[in-house]
Amino acid sequence: MTGHYCDFKNADVILTSGSNNLENHPVSSKWVQRALDAGATWIVVDPRFTRTASQADIYCPIRPGTDIAFYGGMINYIIEKDLWQHEYVEHYTNATFIMDEGYSFDPETGFFSGWDESKKAYDKHTWHYQVESESEWDTSEGGSFAWVKDPGVPEFTPPKVQVARKDPTMQDPQCVWQLMKKHYSRYTIEKVCETCGMDEDTLIQVYEAYASTGAPEKAGTILYALGQTQHTYGTNNTRIMTLVQLLLGNVGVAGGGLNALRGEPNVQGATDMAMLVFDFPGYLRWPNVSESPNLRAWCESQTYYGGFYTNKPKFMVSALKEWFGEHATVENDYGYDWLPKIPKNGGDYTTMGTFHLMDAGTMKGYFAWGQNPVVSDPNSAFNRRAMANLEWLVVADWVETATASFWRAPDMKPEDIQTEVYFLPAALIYEKSGTIANSGRWLQWRYKAVEPVGEAKPDYEIADMLWTKIVELYKAEGGPSAESILNVKWDYYVDGKIDPRPVAWAFNGYKVASSDMKSAKMDLLPAFAQLKADGSTACAIWIYGGYYNNSDAPLDPAAQPVGRREHDDPGELGLYPKWAFSWPANRRIIYNRASADANGKPWNPKRVLVEWNGTEWATRNDVPDFVFQTANADGTNTPVAPNDNAFFMKPEQHANFISYGLADAALPEHYEPFESPTKNTFNALQNSPLMKFADHPSAKKGDFGEFPIVATTYSITEHWQTGAQTRMCPALNEIAPRQFIEMSMELAEEKGIKNGDEVIVWNNRGEVRLNALVTARFRPLTVNGETIHQVGMIHHWDWTNMFSTGEVVNDLTPNVGDPNSFIPEFKAFLVDVKKA
Amino acid sequence: MNLTRRGFFKATALAFAGSMAYELSAQSQAFAVDLHNGEWKLVNTEEYTNICCYCSGGCGSIVSVRDGEVINVEGDPDHPINEGCLCPKGAAMFQLRNIVDPATNEVVHNPERRTTPMVRRPGATEWEEISWEEAIEGVARRVKDTRDATLIEKENGITVNYTPAIGSLGGSQQNSEEEYLILKMMRSLGLVAIDNQARV
Repeated sequence: MTGHYCDFKNADVILTSGSNNLENHPVSSKWVQRALDAGATWIVVDPRFTRTASQADIYCPIRPGTDIAFYGGMINYIIEKDLWQHEYVEHYTNATFIMDEGYSFDPETGFFSGWDESKKAYDKHTWHYQVESESEWDTSEGGSFAWVKDPGVPEFTPPKVQVARKDPTMQDPQCVWQLMKKHYSRYTIEKVCETCGMDEDTLIQVYEAYASTGAPEKAGTILYALGQTQHTYGTNNTRIMTLVQLLLGNVGVAGGGLNALRGEPNVQGATDMAMLVFDFPGYLRWPNVSESPNLRAWCESQTYYGGFYTNKPKFMVSALKEWFGEHATVENDYGYDWLPKIPKNGGDYTTMGTFHLMDAGTMKGYFAWGQNPVVSDPNSAFNRRAMANLEWLVVADWVETATASFWRAPDMKPEDIQTEVYFLPAALIYEKSGTIANSGRWLQWRYKAVEPVGEAKPDYEIADMLWTKIVELYKAEGGPSAESILNVKWDYYVDGKIDPRPVAWAFNGYKVASSDMKSAKMDLLPAFAQLKADGSTACAIWIYGGYYNNSDAPLDPAAQPVGRREHDDPGELGLYPKWAFSWPANRRIIYNRASADANGKPWNPKRVLVEWNGTEWATRNDVPDFVFQTANADGTNTPVAPNDNAFFMKPEQHANFISYGLADAALPEHYEPFESPTKNTFNALQNSPLMKFADHPSAKKGDFGEFPIVATTYSITEHWQTGAQTRMCPALNEIAPRQFIEMSMELAEEKGIKNGDEVIVWNNRGEVRLNALVTARFRPLTVNGETIHQVGMIHHWDWTNMFSTGEVVNDLTPNVGDPNSFIPEFKAFLVDVKKA
Repeated sequence: MNLTRRGFFKATALAFAGSMAYELSAQSQAFAVDLHNGEWKLVNTEEYTNICCYCSGGCGSIVSVRDGEVINVEGDPDHPINEGCLCPKGAAMFQLRNIVDPATNEVVHNPERRTTPMVRRPGATEWEEISWEEAIEGVARRVKDTRDATLIEKENGITVNYTPAIGSLGGSQQNSEEEYLILKMMRSLGLVAIDNQARV
């Protein structure tokens, strides 16, 4: 999220799209309600008339998987009707920047410029700006980048500072504004309605209501969830929402932003911590063979020429110093070579790919830490069969999940499966302490209340026992590249016992020379601004800098920023700056420079995040997310007058409409889902040209002729994910005892199905039996002139659990995904149904 | 430091005073206030704040403990996001640990939970319970053998140090410190295949 939950109350218009936030993020409804009480308008766009939709002012149905068409039409509407926020767009975005002369998009082919058919990839050099001038970093003594020459800093050639060509009038046909305008001019109301299955009057009502937030003083927020992201073009779904928000000047303001309601309690933390193939903690990139085979190459390929990411070498060297401790020196590139390098086919190691690797016999051992992929990942039956090829599997969890017991699934024969499976019992959330990050980037501390039941242990203790044993084996026996293991710093102990608090010190960052983990005497850094690239500071994850920085009480989380519990609310915007800590730097609303105009005057005097008073940024209700002052050698600060660099995490410090960041599109473009009921009428390609894993034999594409019903999946309030946690709670089974497939009255009549009947749902990948829930909440849609039926299934069940069992709905979902995030396409696929 | 009521309770770790007899059976149904023998059910408990384990709202909860056992879990009224509220799932967090046995009406540890390390041997039809030592030794041996047999140290002249043969999935349920320790262990072993619930 760019904002946070309490901030929803500041919105003038709320658009829920690809989320059922009232049911699945119930606490969000409290803050949406506050906005409604203050007069806000609430729009819900969803295939189903959800309980969220039932509370909204405007409900607009949509065919699953057509969000880019819907938002593309909105962009066209906003531009045509001149409803965009001119000053914001002209000053803070790249609308005025002029693109490479070769940049183009051709609807006749469906490709952007640079497509290489032999490589099946884009050569993206035309997705960059024309360069007006280039200059060098000032690394001389006293220069802004003098640190590059400091002793201990790894050698690298700093990037060339590029200044793009611009046209402030935005008339140049090759400027971003004109290219974007042209791109979305094809997204007419009529065409959007035909593709999305919408009604024109409702669509215009939605566009009109949401575009009203283009007025400078208005704020609109978009709440989204997996309904947006779980598509073969899911990353572009999120990008196009960003485009809309930038056009309307809604990013960086209170009550605005792009707010992902994430689905797991600490998925934000897991993403921060880079439990992902390509990432390094703190949104850096894990070393890979192509661009960063050594530390010099990492620094040269990753460091931006401008903006805050000019500091990346400081974050990386500090992280390596944390990883390898005294073994990390400038002479050995701070241990960089010991880390694994992601090979060229890195995407094959994301979740769906790992099951292909098991199927092929390449992957032999697997850990599942509180995750249940044989129920939660697509094409689950294939995944179960693939897992039978594993030599060993380790599951750490609270209950015997379906993943732990895949070998005795109803469709498996245990005697034939040679996998050795270990189950490690894990502690509950209140049986251990530690940090958790919510979707609004708030880092909060959980306090251990009781000892775990039986022999269960916290995951940190399990990890420590295992690591200790592995190190012992390598010390005794040696092994290939044993130094990669033996040089790792692993000293997170208090009184000889593994403890999360020393890990928190490592997150926050500390001065190496004046800290001693062993005696808990720590010189914790006030903030990440103090990190150095010379090996004198250690920090596991730079974005957490300042969250645990009280060196006087390193063992007391309640005395740290993460443990704060005060209710101060400057500006009465629900910022709560003294409650816990929000990364980065306790900023509650990121990009908050954009909450004020080019002169630093807030767009809305009632929603002041920061304000320039003519001599300084005197009002700072939120921590400024921009360079608002510079430090002088004598300890004083010089205020920095307002400038246009509102997005300083980008090298050009301006938000991007056209971007080279994604693999598959420079501007989001509509493609159809892998399994679609219709033809793409926006361009000549049916699917995204880079859709992942569609060619794997297990994907078994279904044809509309054979499977004429569009299916999607969703959750209910009372159960969660694979149900492993919630089906163990009798109260929840009592409220929601079994799974169902929801369908329209029209489809039910056509198929001779009555409410409550058992039905069979099937496609090429599998078959499940569920009870029918026949409602008016799903309606057939008219798509490109044809009537399309839709069904929805909840996915919280499997064969395990003493209280409640059911079928694995994800046996039906396709294991294909997005080429950027590798997220699977759970939310739009094809099935058929019949009465059992 | 301006301590809130909850902060004060936590900071002083309100001492447990007494061994009052009480019945847990009523506790799983009534979460906020309950009368037992005329006493407030949360009398003489220690309170610990926690954060919910379901969606990413980050709602605060209070776990009340007496005699080393959880008595109650409820929303934290001082928490600015949820202001004391919890959804049905959050409100049932007590049952992750303890439930009422319908046969005896006694509060018991949730029988669905597994609290002993187990192994299922190749071809076996059942689990066998084992000690932590056996579990950790068994897993560590498997990890080392697989890593040593599959580690690629150099590829096209580049030091790569990775194994394609081991994967690690999950993390969104753990605390951040645990995520980091798991990550650090797995990457140090040479894993490329690291992923979590971010996509499901």
